[in-house]
Amino acid sequence: MIEFLMPNLGADMEDGTLVEWRKKKGDTVKRGDIIADVETQKGLIEIEVFEDGVIDQLLIEEGTKIPVGTPMALISTTTEKQVTPETEKPERKATKEKQETITEPEKVKASPLAKRIASEHKIDLSQIQGTGENGAITKEDVEKAIAQKQKGVVNKEASGTTTEDKTKSASNSIRAAVAAAMSKSNREIPHYYLGKTIDMTKALAWMNDANKERPVKQRLLPAALLIKAVALSLREVPELNAIWDNGLQIKSDVNIGFVVSLRGGGIIVPAIHTVNLKTVDQIMERLNDIIPRAKALKLRSSELSNSTITITSIGEGGADSVYGIIYPPQVAIIGFGNISEQPFAENGMLGVHPLVHVTLSADHRATDGLTGSLFLTALNTHLQTPEAL
Amino acid sequence: MNKEEIEKIIFSSLKQIAPDTEPSELSPDENIRETLGIDSFDFLQFIVSLDEKLNIEIPEQDYGKITTLRLLTDYLIGK
Repeated sequence: MIEFLMPNLGADMEDGTLVEWRKKKGDTVKRGDIIADVETQKGLIEIEVFEDGVIDQLLIEEGTKIPVGTPMALISTTTEKQVTPETEKPERKATKEKQETITEPEKVKASPLAKRIASEHKIDLSQIQGTGENGAITKEDVEKAIAQKQKGVVNKEASGTTTEDKTKSASNSIRAAVAAAMSKSNREIPHYYLGKTIDMTKALAWMNDANKERPVKQRLLPAALLIKAVALSLREVPELNAIWDNGLQIKSDVNIGFVVSLRGGGIIVPAIHTVNLKTVDQIMERLNDIIPRAKALKLRSSELSNSTITITSIGEGGADSVYGIIYPPQVAIIGFGNISEQPFAENGMLGVHPLVHVTLSADHRATDGLTGSLFLTALNTHLQTPEAL
Repeated sequence: MNKEEIEKIIFSSLKQIAPDTEPSELSPDENIRETLGIDSFDFLQFIVSLDEKLNIEIPEQDYGKITTLRLLTDYLIGK
């Protein structure tokens, strides 16, 4: 039996609200199945299970806000487990009743007195978290809700909330999450910074040629090449593909967090997993899938987990350099500025080349400038042979 | 397809990638990407959307010819 915990989707997440169970007691689950929807500061996230098994018990009721690491469900991982019909029947019934309690307001579990007071004060019982037996709503719960209503405290889950309000509130909570994570990083991580200008002539020529032969949907963007080149360079400098947790822990998989700016402000950093094993095309496919969902705040838990390094890319027409702040517990962030045409000297000749200024912000507890410099040099080398990416 | 119909498709495609903006309020000579804050990834989505709706594949080397609403509309009419 394993405990399924509220996952930690980054250093900036403290808690989450269980919005909906997608599985019920007795359901068989496979690794990667969506077990629940959880509202976090990063939007409504689909939470996946990481082990095959059978749901033995759902421990948390929908609508409950719980801290990261709180057990949410018990999953039996032994497939041989047999449930006798005698015990199965009443349990199933109980689960059904529980679901009805949550989804159908008229069947909310509440004491008759609580129901009467709620009705007199036009309180929606489905919005109240009961503290009585089996989660039943008591007179005290209703009185508390009335007091809150009078104080003008708006329940954020209230049905009257408009989409615009929700977007605004999501944007505010993301702002707060970014603020918390970046403050922690700046407070705790002694950053060092390095920069290198890289000639993108060969990489862009290769990409433009490749794109000519592709349908629009399969076109590549420079970001896909940069991500792949970073993954290859990390193979040579693995100390930067790591986390800092009471010491340096180097990771074998290269999971790159890619910073996506949200239109309403704030950023979200979905992870592209095992980039070291993906081709440039596969990385581009992943970006095509994940970026629109990241912007719409519709990501899965695994897509926000286990990044081992972060890339931030300013994109076309923007600033020439970006010096990132490390996303804890990672130990490095790589920043790509705008690719622009600039004078460039090579073999004693001056020409105009598309250049990108790449920066590395790294944790000085984990590595030193020499390591960082080796990484940037390796990155340059890989980008000069784009056909090998 | 006339100019109005093409503009309608352009606006709906832009609205898809930048839902918080009002593409129909773009003036003809404004730079679309700068005004609506569209990054290179969004722009590719826009080109894909135009291809799906109009069956016109805009090659990368023509991106510089379609920076404003007027230029883009003329370009698509000419295809």
